[in-house]
Amino acid sequence: MSLAVRFDDIRKDFGPVRVLHGVSFELAPGRIYGLLGENGAGKSTLMKILAGYEAATTGTLLIDGQAQQFASSREAEAAGIVLIHQEFNLAEHLTIAQNMYLGHEKRRGWLLDDAAMRAEATRYLAQVGLKKPPDTKVRALIVAEKQMVEIAKALSRHARLLIMDEPTATLTPSETERLFTLMTKLKDEGVTIIYISHKLDEVEHITDEVIVMRDGRFVARGATAGLARQQMANLMVGRDVSDMFPDKVAVAADAAVALKVEGLVVPVWVEHLSFEVRAGEVLGFAGLVGAGRTEAFEAILGLRRRSAGRIEIGGRVVDVKRPRDAMRHGLTYLSEDRKGKALHVDLNLQDNLTLMTLEHYAHPLLDLKAGRAALKQAVGDFGIRTGDLSSRARMLSGGNQQKLALAKFLQPEPNVIVLDEPTRGVDVGSKRDIYFLIHRLAAQGRAVIVISSELIELIGLCHRVAVMRAGRLQATLDLDHLTEEELIAHATGTH
Amino acid sequence: MRPAPTEAAQSGRAMRLAHHLYGLGPLVGLVVLCITGTLLNHDFATVDNLMNVLTRTSFIGIIAVGETFVIISGGIDLSVGSMAALIAGSMIWLMNGLSAGVGGHTFAPLAIIAIGIVLAFVLGGLFGWAHGLLITKGRIEPFIVTLGTLGIFRAVLTWLADGGALTLNNSLTDLYSPVYYASLLGVPVPIWVFLVVAAGGTLILNRTAFGRHVQAIGSNEQVARYAAIRVDTVKIITYVLLGICVGVATVLYVPRLGSATPTTGILWELEAIAAVVVGGTALKGGEGRVIGTVIGAILLSVIANILNLTSIISVYLNAAVQGAVIIVVAFLQRGRR
Repeated sequence: MSLAVRFDDIRKDFGPVRVLHGVSFELAPGRIYGLLGENGAGKSTLMKILAGYEAATTGTLLIDGQAQQFASSREAEAAGIVLIHQEFNLAEHLTIAQNMYLGHEKRRGWLLDDAAMRAEATRYLAQVGLKKPPDTKVRALIVAEKQMVEIAKALSRHARLLIMDEPTATLTPSETERLFTLMTKLKDEGVTIIYISHKLDEVEHITDEVIVMRDGRFVARGATAGLARQQMANLMVGRDVSDMFPDKVAVAADAAVALKVEGLVVPVWVEHLSFEVRAGEVLGFAGLVGAGRTEAFEAILGLRRRSAGRIEIGGRVVDVKRPRDAMRHGLTYLSEDRKGKALHVDLNLQDNLTLMTLEHYAHPLLDLKAGRAALKQAVGDFGIRTGDLSSRARMLSGGNQQKLALAKFLQPEPNVIVLDEPTRGVDVGSKRDIYFLIHRLAAQGRAVIVISSELIELIGLCHRVAVMRAGRLQATLDLDHLTEEELIAHATGTH
Repeated sequence: MRPAPTEAAQSGRAMRLAHHLYGLGPLVGLVVLCITGTLLNHDFATVDNLMNVLTRTSFIGIIAVGETFVIISGGIDLSVGSMAALIAGSMIWLMNGLSAGVGGHTFAPLAIIAIGIVLAFVLGGLFGWAHGLLITKGRIEPFIVTLGTLGIFRAVLTWLADGGALTLNNSLTDLYSPVYYASLLGVPVPIWVFLVVAAGGTLILNRTAFGRHVQAIGSNEQVARYAAIRVDTVKIITYVLLGICVGVATVLYVPRLGSATPTTGILWELEAIAAVVVGGTALKGGEGRVIGTVIGAILLSVIANILNLTSIISVYLNAAVQGAVIIVVAFLQRGRR
């Protein structure tokens, strides 16, 4: 039950563009590897080649010394290699057992052998530590549990090498801890795990060895124990990122309250939330997934029903029924769901940028030239890297999409901007750009609210951090008390 | 991604080129059809015949322009044929009633026709508004809502007409008929109206905030909602616009035959939706062009016309040929995104 992998001079071209420039390295069985690289470094492509989703243009993939060219993910699976996608491949309406055996159903004659599938599913669920009956519909599971199902499914296919792409992006710290326990257990059973993540603290915590890629090339590898987080980041970016965060500028003592919320109640999600943020201040919101942070702000914007709560913007009580009302009062909200709620990936950059402020361009016919000028301005101001101003938002890399989304939600010139997970799935270089942008916004006298699951980000960025747990505000930590330990203690209720 | 900008630029350009070619597809098809028609029958390429084709296209064409907005926003309206029939019936019923006099008052024929026309617009707008409300506030699938009203509208007309025909009084027919039969600068009135509606539709879709919002909602409704667009209002307006388009088409249609029967406007919804789809608008919404719809509508009626003029395929198979065209177009548009 061991599987050794060797990449030998793997190249991959997409049309005229080479995304992998001859990558060579090997992986020993039964270890956890952290695969690091900025977005677009080529790690996903390489993993897709390994898991049979893509074919290498040239080069050889050796599995246990044998040259292999998988024609499909099914073939790779048969060899024991399974890629667990960031977005799960589970049919929501089917049960856990049905999902685990989808396409590999056990039969008795012409009929399905449900009893056998259920029994085996139960065994694998126990192995991954998911206490759910195999008849549970997948749509009734939370994200962490779906992930467990994916892993159980991989084990049921006798996986010997698991590739996990950002598995903890949507997990709470305790769920992450549970996943890591499982990963360690699988490793002890001889499974090789390739762990792709932007979260360097987790890479440091769980992996045995780190492999860094940049620009489609293998850059470095080394034992995790021998690499500091800073070194990993530097290797990924190819330059020093010791200065990820700008210096905090103290909020003026007489700064006015920009947004004040009192007694906000959102049915099911939020209980009596009150807070305020002042002009020039960066206020963080910490908490586990499901703590009600996103829901609170969606309710403030009128995207979700609120049953009580008083909202003051700029000192005046306002009645916000829909996002348009909030925007008119100088409040905008950038969702954490970039492709689902923040950007029209199928529309071009200009249409995306100007969407919220079209009335500025309509006289009453739209002034397309002015829109173009605004796009050029934004591309410069926000450092959006694009070769073609007319391309669709889909064509941008994650970091550049996020910058475009930021530019879009800043077009209405809000006095208060709420940024929900502003650096999720964004490469290190873009992260730094976004941190500096946030501080520029604060310096311009805007109030910035940052909802984030990355504690380092909240600590590095914010003047104060509000911690929510199960729909309630647990504490608001100021600079003197802003530590990872305090944040986790309040977020998990162990303070 | 370091190589990303060039990659993005190249595939972006390639995508736009492909996009333009797809955009030209219906036009190319129309040109090919016209050449075929000319070769098959010398009567095809006469001014009279072309005017005839375009006049007949205008009803469906005008409705299809409205339908383009609804489909781009991610909706659909199946009821347009029944709606046209009911509006036609209501117009005739009201105009006949007015011409008989109300409470001793008599009305000038011109005034009666003007009232009839206003009624058509108002009814169309009201029906569209009702659709929009049920779909947005009532949160019912547009398919279901308009499937329901498809039945309701036609049944109400049949009831109004008592199963037979509602026929416009002779005294009004003469005054009203120029709306369909007259020409301006040698071009029949319906074609002018069609042109104005198409040009207006193009302008509204591409160059106004409303048009952009329609596209944004169809492309991704959730993103539009988060971008502070009043999604419900915009959707309702698309249905109202379509209703008014149906009203306009009906105003042009009534003087043609001067009556409304339970079979008036039957299958117009299919022709209108087909014109939109053949014109390159994706049924799932987000993208589309009014000019494409116009070409699609013309293309479909040119097919019917060629079948009429030639004897290669029976004219009874007209709907079959149109159906085949729709499927072929859909086939060619696979995986466009």
